[in-house]
Amino acid sequence: MLDKINKVKREHIIKNGDESSPFAISLIDICKSFGPVQANDAISLDVTRGTIHGIIGENGAGKSTLMSIIYGFYKPDSGMIKVAGTPVSFKQPSDAISLGIGMVHQHFMLVPNFTALENIILGSEGKKGLKSGLYAARKKLKELSQTYGLEVDLDSITEDLPVGIQQRIEILKALYRGAKVLILDEPTGVLTPQETERLFEILNALKSEGVTILLITHKLHEVMAITDVVSVMRQGKLVAHTKTKETNSEWLAEQMVGRSVLVNIQYPKGNPKHIALSAEKVSVTDKRGFDSLKNVSFDLHAGEILGIAGISGNGQSELLSVLSGIIQPAAGQFKIAEELFDATHHADPQKVRQLGVAHVPEDRHAEGLILQFQAFESAILGYEKSPNLGVKLLTDPNINRTYCAQLMDSFDVRPQNPTLLSSQFSGGNQQKLILAREISSMPKVLLVGQPTRGVDIGAIEFIHNTLISMRDSGCAIIVVSVELEEILSLSDRIMVMNAGEVVGTVNKQDATKPMLGKMMAGMTLNVAEKGV
Amino acid sequence: MQASRLPAYVDILVIPLLNLLTALFVAGIIIAIIGENPFTALSIMLKGAFIYKGGLGYTLFYTTNFIFTGLAVAVAFHAMLFNIGGEGQAAMGGLGIGLVALGLGGILPVPIVILLAIIGSAIFGAIWGVIPGYLQAKRGSHIVITTIMFNFIASSIMIWLLAGLLMAPNQMSPETVSFADGVMLFKIHQILNSMGFSVARSPLNLSFVLALLCCFAVWVLIWRTRFGYRIRATGFSTKASAYGGYRPEWIIILVMAISGGLAGMMAVNEILGVQHRVILNFTSGYGFTGIAVALMGRNHPVGIIFASLLFGALYQGGAELDFEFQTITRDMVIMIQGLIILFSGALAYMFNPFLERIFLANKGQKEPENG
Amino acid sequence: MADFWFQFLLALDSSIRVATPLILGAMAGIFSERSGIIDISLEGKMLMAAFVAAAVAYGTGSPWLGAIAAIIVSIIASLIHGFACIIHRGNQVISGLAINILASGLTVIIGIALFRQGGQTPTLPKSARFNSIELPFAQYFADNIPILGVVYKELISGHNILVWLALASVGITYYILFKTTFGLRLRAVGEKPEALDSAGISVSKMRFQAIIIAGILCGLAGVYLSTATGAGFVKEMTAGKGYIALAAMIFGKWRPVPALFACLMFGFLEAVAARVQGAEFPIIGEISSDLLLALPYVLTVVLLAGFIGGVSPPRAIGQPYIKER
Repeated sequence: MLDKINKVKREHIIKNGDESSPFAISLIDICKSFGPVQANDAISLDVTRGTIHGIIGENGAGKSTLMSIIYGFYKPDSGMIKVAGTPVSFKQPSDAISLGIGMVHQHFMLVPNFTALENIILGSEGKKGLKSGLYAARKKLKELSQTYGLEVDLDSITEDLPVGIQQRIEILKALYRGAKVLILDEPTGVLTPQETERLFEILNALKSEGVTILLITHKLHEVMAITDVVSVMRQGKLVAHTKTKETNSEWLAEQMVGRSVLVNIQYPKGNPKHIALSAEKVSVTDKRGFDSLKNVSFDLHAGEILGIAGISGNGQSELLSVLSGIIQPAAGQFKIAEELFDATHHADPQKVRQLGVAHVPEDRHAEGLILQFQAFESAILGYEKSPNLGVKLLTDPNINRTYCAQLMDSFDVRPQNPTLLSSQFSGGNQQKLILAREISSMPKVLLVGQPTRGVDIGAIEFIHNTLISMRDSGCAIIVVSVELEEILSLSDRIMVMNAGEVVGTVNKQDATKPMLGKMMAGMTLNVAEKGV
Repeated sequence: MQASRLPAYVDILVIPLLNLLTALFVAGIIIAIIGENPFTALSIMLKGAFIYKGGLGYTLFYTTNFIFTGLAVAVAFHAMLFNIGGEGQAAMGGLGIGLVALGLGGILPVPIVILLAIIGSAIFGAIWGVIPGYLQAKRGSHIVITTIMFNFIASSIMIWLLAGLLMAPNQMSPETVSFADGVMLFKIHQILNSMGFSVARSPLNLSFVLALLCCFAVWVLIWRTRFGYRIRATGFSTKASAYGGYRPEWIIILVMAISGGLAGMMAVNEILGVQHRVILNFTSGYGFTGIAVALMGRNHPVGIIFASLLFGALYQGGAELDFEFQTITRDMVIMIQGLIILFSGALAYMFNPFLERIFLANKGQKEPENG
Repeated sequence: MADFWFQFLLALDSSIRVATPLILGAMAGIFSERSGIIDISLEGKMLMAAFVAAAVAYGTGSPWLGAIAAIIVSIIASLIHGFACIIHRGNQVISGLAINILASGLTVIIGIALFRQGGQTPTLPKSARFNSIELPFAQYFADNIPILGVVYKELISGHNILVWLALASVGITYYILFKTTFGLRLRAVGEKPEALDSAGISVSKMRFQAIIIAGILCGLAGVYLSTATGAGFVKEMTAGKGYIALAAMIFGKWRPVPALFACLMFGFLEAVAARVQGAEFPIIGEISSDLLLALPYVLTVVLLAGFIGGVSPPRAIGQPYIKER
């Protein structure tokens, strides 16, 4: 019965959609909660046909949940969705797909060992069997890619293609299913600036062909660059809605966080002293034989923060892993506290830690903590051998609990309960606990990966201040972050990485955002400066 | 492995009991279907396991086997390794005992031979555990598949040796000659009788004490040593383990050695305690039962002791059923074991949504009063 | 020399017989594991099916009714596996193990209750079994055409219908897996279930379909054991064949045709083992058939360890599918 109604609706929308409503999608009072968390709170929104509509908000603001509701992945607890003016209810994504809604997920939904073509038709193979389905699709896709400038080699294996191309496959997948509304969830997170530019060209081409685009992002400059209309979400609510032309990024940022933010706090410059760590031509080869780090050389001084900028996946993670002894260099060497490590004399995390290097890892959930451990157990990860935590080979839970309570007290970790599971703390509190653990060893060198990813504003300030005061007390610090603002705000010097190589290093006072952006795309310092 | 929001006592006590009862309920239905009275069967089993003369001794004898194999599975589980090779490791443990006892028996003093034989069982079991561990850690082969294969390989080796090189002369069945006099462990009833207590004969021997010692040792290892901390860390997150500098590969290899060693020591109970020679198939599925025991006992030594006792009673009571019923044999115990693995293992969280509704609903009513 | 060739031919012939349940089991494994569900319960399903096939064939006198009942029971076992692993997201290895252990207890208990013969079924009369089919002119060709005629008679003719079914299942599996829409989706669900889910196809439904097919194939393997090669059910009659099928599937790298050759190779090893018992060979001396029988397991371990080329199982295997937030 329901199917029949849907079918009628579908025909109606396909036939009359164009005249009946100026809005491709309308949301009315959408609510959705997961247990105690109200992910979407009475969201009402109209999306005009043929526009690029930006949805912006911090991590956890409820953007992705809202999009999943539009895509039929979740059912709203209450509220109504209208597609082209007609009320609809989605039981599963296929309902949304059949009404012309397509989605490009943040993490691609592609089968790695399928060809591009197989991925595109998966789930919409047609009724005439696989062979003729593939044949028909090839013809249709040729037209589509010509219309929108989406060139993809349909017969290459997906996992061998660069991410930018994989994303095109995702877009083609949606268009192939007749998408008139395209939702893109954080599409630029994995792209180089050039790929991003290319994506924006494609989106504009789609728009000019009448496709409606919903762009979810937390990057202000992207919203300013490409959208027609922008909606801001904060803590599950829609807090602002405006034409992009009539606003500016400062105002949007304020709306995102709910108070005026001091964009780019300028910390006083540090006072660099002796060299605490130096790397010389360090290279890393991964399991597939790919060089993820190539000839990286630099010096790190006590009392300075060296910021490492780059699009994620350009060797920053590997650099931190090498310096902390988790992986080994294929060539080159690095020196910590007069001890030299290279491809034959291996560093390992325990040894490096003893030499006074602490490490706040990029991936808090997989590396920094053990989510299933109680907080007091996570609080000694890597330090369980330390002599004040038990006798010889044994460990004593009582001592560990007391120790953890002290850490929590001095770093304001809340709730202050060492026996809670590590997973029961918020991102910010987890990060503070890790920072507390690492800093309490009084390190000479501190390696920090993504210090504030997924961390609330209050904790960001705390973490930044902690890092600065560590620096001022003479610690040598490396900060890896994909957030340029953070790098610009914290660092004394900035080293930019691209494709595993160091593109260049600039002093804080000489660095500008556009220049760093170009360097992140691989242009050398000279070229980047000329362009400014 | 999914985080539960239920109170701890529900997690530790209510859920395992509920799972067990479901398994027994299904078993009861099957008994009824084949035309017997499940309650009569239950009462016969309980009497056989605990009340009849020597019953308790036999029950504890089987319990001993399950403690060893259950601990073996549990230790590996803490490193998130699924060792289903207990059967093969125990068989190799028996071979270890046999080689020591036959090679050194009569040459060295008896207590030393016994000690070396026990060590031999642990070492042989450990070797049979460490190879799959090594292959998993260094070559990426799936430990479940490798340990399954190793069970079959161990079985082939045992057949080959016991029907060949080690076969007792003038014997028809595949087994070794008996060990030298005295190369055996004291029976508990002998010890107790000599102390003036009157206890019925049973195969229960000093291995039981060894098993309890192993329980304590495993508890200390997992929850009170730095190495145990690293094992648990590695089990939950290999990446975090690498970050901590614990070398997850080595942890996997060492844990599999310990696990295999514990499974191997099961042979002490059967071979050194009772048979006094190596026979074929003495493991008779106890290695697999260890999986059920570890699952029911939630990988904790105390839980494992209770779960082993349950299975010990099932085995002994099952033997009693053999006498009483024409239609029920010890295969009934195997079936119950399968049901327990199904309900306490694969369907362990089946009741969680239901229980969460009950317990969290109550909580929800209380909250307004508090606030 | 002629005698050697004849012996070799007979060994090949019996390899096919031994390999038949392995082939069916391996194809079952491919369906299940390609969809992302580890299936170590091949053994248990075969055992249950073998019992039911013999019991029903004995009761009704029809091997066909026996086969149908066996397939139904094997599917039910698959559904239990699916209930635990797909609906309740239980551990797939544990669930498979439970089914295996349950099967070995249950078959004997019900067997005793029904037949009172210590867990066996009574011997089946010829009419209640699947008998070998002599192909036309077998004897005539053997007498009149040198070599090929003998090959035709000894190797190709004289198999029962399940042997042919097993061989056909390889081609069918290949076709379904690589040439149909269903196969495309099946492979996708074992590699990246979220891709299928986001395309609007139900992951659970795909996986249930896959394990039901696995159930049917395991059912046939069991039918073969008790009502085609055997004349009735014997306690533990699968004797690890489900695990060897699993090994063959891995050896064939989750692909139907290579898995077929692995099954034939393992079958050949077993056939040879039965013939070399006690025989002396030049240079190598006496070969132990016990150790020869362990060779499939050893080879699988060696293969898995990556000493013979790389092996990559379906990427999503063993992981229950949970919709992410």
